[in-house]
Amino acid sequence: MLDGIKIIVLGLLTLLFGLAANAGLDAVFRFHMTLFMAFFGVWTILAIRSYGKKPAPSESSYMDGPIKAGVIATAFWGIAGFLVGDIIAWQLTFPELNLGLPWTSFGRLRPLHTSAVIFAFGGNALIATSLYIVQRTSAVRLWGGNAAWFVFWGYNLFIVMAATGYLLGVTQSKEYAEPEWVANIWLAVVWLTYLAIFLGTIVRRREPHIYVANWFFLAFIVTVTMLHVVNGLSIPVSPLASLSVPLFPGVQGAMVQWWYGHNAVGFFLTAGFLGMMYYFIPKQAERPVYSYKLSIIHFWAIIFLYIWAGPHHLHFTALPDWAQYLGMTFSVMLWMPSWGGMINGLMTLQGAWDKLRTDPVLRMLVISVGFYGMATFEGPMMSIRAVNSLSHYTDWTIGHVHSAALGWNGMITFGALYFLVPRLWNRERLYSLTLVSWHFWLATIGIVLYASSMWVTGIMEGLMWREVDEQGFLVNSFADTVAAKFPMYVVRAFGGMLFAGGAILMAYNLWMTVRAVPQQTRDTAAAVPAQ
Amino acid sequence: MADPTKPEPIEKARQRPEPGFTGHEWDGIKEYDNPLPRWWLWIFYATVVWALGYWILYPAWPMLTQATQGALGYSTRAEAAAEIVAHRERFAPLESRLMDLELAAVSDEPELLRFATAGGAAVFRNHCSQCHGAGAQGAPGGYPSLLDDAWLWGGTVDAIHETIAHGVRYDPDPLTRWSQMPAFGEILPEDEIEGLVEYVLAMSGQPHDESLAAAHAEVYEIQCAACHGLDGEGNQDLGAPSLVDGIWQYGGDRDTIRHTIVYSRYGQMPAFGERLRDVDVRKVAIYVHGLGGGQ
Repeated sequence: MLDGIKIIVLGLLTLLFGLAANAGLDAVFRFHMTLFMAFFGVWTILAIRSYGKKPAPSESSYMDGPIKAGVIATAFWGIAGFLVGDIIAWQLTFPELNLGLPWTSFGRLRPLHTSAVIFAFGGNALIATSLYIVQRTSAVRLWGGNAAWFVFWGYNLFIVMAATGYLLGVTQSKEYAEPEWVANIWLAVVWLTYLAIFLGTIVRRREPHIYVANWFFLAFIVTVTMLHVVNGLSIPVSPLASLSVPLFPGVQGAMVQWWYGHNAVGFFLTAGFLGMMYYFIPKQAERPVYSYKLSIIHFWAIIFLYIWAGPHHLHFTALPDWAQYLGMTFSVMLWMPSWGGMINGLMTLQGAWDKLRTDPVLRMLVISVGFYGMATFEGPMMSIRAVNSLSHYTDWTIGHVHSAALGWNGMITFGALYFLVPRLWNRERLYSLTLVSWHFWLATIGIVLYASSMWVTGIMEGLMWREVDEQGFLVNSFADTVAAKFPMYVVRAFGGMLFAGGAILMAYNLWMTVRAVPQQTRDTAAAVPAQ
Repeated sequence: MADPTKPEPIEKARQRPEPGFTGHEWDGIKEYDNPLPRWWLWIFYATVVWALGYWILYPAWPMLTQATQGALGYSTRAEAAAEIVAHRERFAPLESRLMDLELAAVSDEPELLRFATAGGAAVFRNHCSQCHGAGAQGAPGGYPSLLDDAWLWGGTVDAIHETIAHGVRYDPDPLTRWSQMPAFGEILPEDEIEGLVEYVLAMSGQPHDESLAAAHAEVYEIQCAACHGLDGEGNQDLGAPSLVDGIWQYGGDRDTIRHTIVYSRYGQMPAFGERLRDVDVRKVAIYVHGLGGGQ
């Protein structure tokens, strides 16, 4: 009975999107509706094929299928995002590489890069690891059955819609929130399903307490829902067209955008990844977490303080002074709460530091925490108005973002993937630790080249912009600063190339781990959840 | 823990037992019951105190009708406005002298000339360099170099001032520099255009088809000479460029000349008189005039 209703609903949705694909007013809308039609069409066929078959979910084992898929997607999108990033770094160095075509121009590839690394690479990593961790630390199978598969496929459909939209010229023009309203509504549906699965699993947990990693994941999922919905509020120009008009105009719109933007950093790239840190570091080091008290205090301090910090993106703009100062002070108060995570991560290695010599995976996890600490000091410093008056709009910001994104988010995700693949595919070890070491050094040197070249060029550019002669007249034109940055741009693009090369080594290593490494004799993946 | 801020002696630290566990365990992960690091806590408190200080001194919290204004009464806009006023007051005598004097006479007063050139250069970097280049070297595609002595609309300081103030082919300004070359693709047959191309190549001293060029001298005289001059020397009253000085805005090769004749060109420049202060327009005129090609 229920199966029948499900097939009818799915069939109707397929038909509905087919009609929309036919009636759409612009080509991108029609294309996206066709994607939806295909998505629901395949789902309908799967539902028909399984009609009447009673699924036998084995309650005794964890649900790892969507997590395996998420691991593969993470590696795939990571490499895609890094490569596009390096291409646009070369475009900034040699503008001819824009090729004079709209689809390959910097303006369209740049959001493709940022969305691919943050939402496709980072998002898939967060979804996969959070669903892995919440099962292990709650000692219970994922709640919601195949809903986890819906989250995986639905989230990646969102990414494909967003990416193709950018290339074809459909964007809201809000940084890190470029997807248009159709993709945004779809993401909200997928995200709420993710929240339900995560909460459902926690509610049914067999452990008496909720593990700290899960606090962070829950904060990340809940807050991102709020940020995405509020910042995405817009009025479509037509129900059958891709484009929309944002609901908040002017400086209010800018404030909402950076309330979103900064907390995307805070809750997506910080809180979510701290959840990963709190599981993978103690597991890989086989040491207890350093301080339970610290984890509680810094968790609540981060949650409370981060949400106020957005206005520091709008220093010296039309935003009223009071909002700028308020945002600045909260950003500085955020320094120690952020460092709480670093302390807990690093001090967890107390008594196990020697493992860094022999275990390149642990080395990767630890250096990511190092980069996290560096970026969370640099961020509050740059939020101070006097510093910001030099750093704002310069490449210093780009360097800051990348030392955090490549160093913290990238490295901890690599460590997590090296941890997960042997366990998920039930292999006795990784294919090659030497390759992990190569990856570690390529990535680290790449980040150092990237970040240091951007610091140099950012500070130089800031100083050139404000340079005046003894009579108070400007000395440099903007084009002078662009020309002066050229050598640093070459260094940056080269560093990015090393980082992307490391990720390709990782993909090969993980692939060979699944292909060539013998099975683990003791079947841990299907083990009964520990009490 | 007697005094948490004092480091404990090393012997004691060695004897210290493992810190206690919280008793929780998840998937094999346990937690130590370590206290908050003191240095961490004290720096956190310090940042809170720092923030409180800022909230007292500077605008910070929104209230019912307006935000708290802060004990210092600071405002970004007021500070910027004061800096502008201070700058203007410092140079008020020089600026009023610059407004009163004939532009051509400025070069007789070294201090004024130095001031106007430096100020004009700054304005140029902000408003002109996007098209004419940071060094005023121009750019391909119709953005003339300002360093050479070829001037479309005249190279005296007054003519340059006129061009900057009112722009070129800029409709909103009735005094704008204006002229228009016809698109000869709509007027002449194709073979005559080919002939004209050869004629222009010939007069600019480039390789060309001699018989075609000679055969079209008359077409040039009828169609082109009125503006570009019988010898191709151009006419600054009409903004008609010289065809014989080897300087090309859009390019002097055969294909580009043909394109220019068939479709014409319509280079534009905004009137900066409507977006800059009069005294700044005068400064830029003096700066551009002094770049090397001024007449």
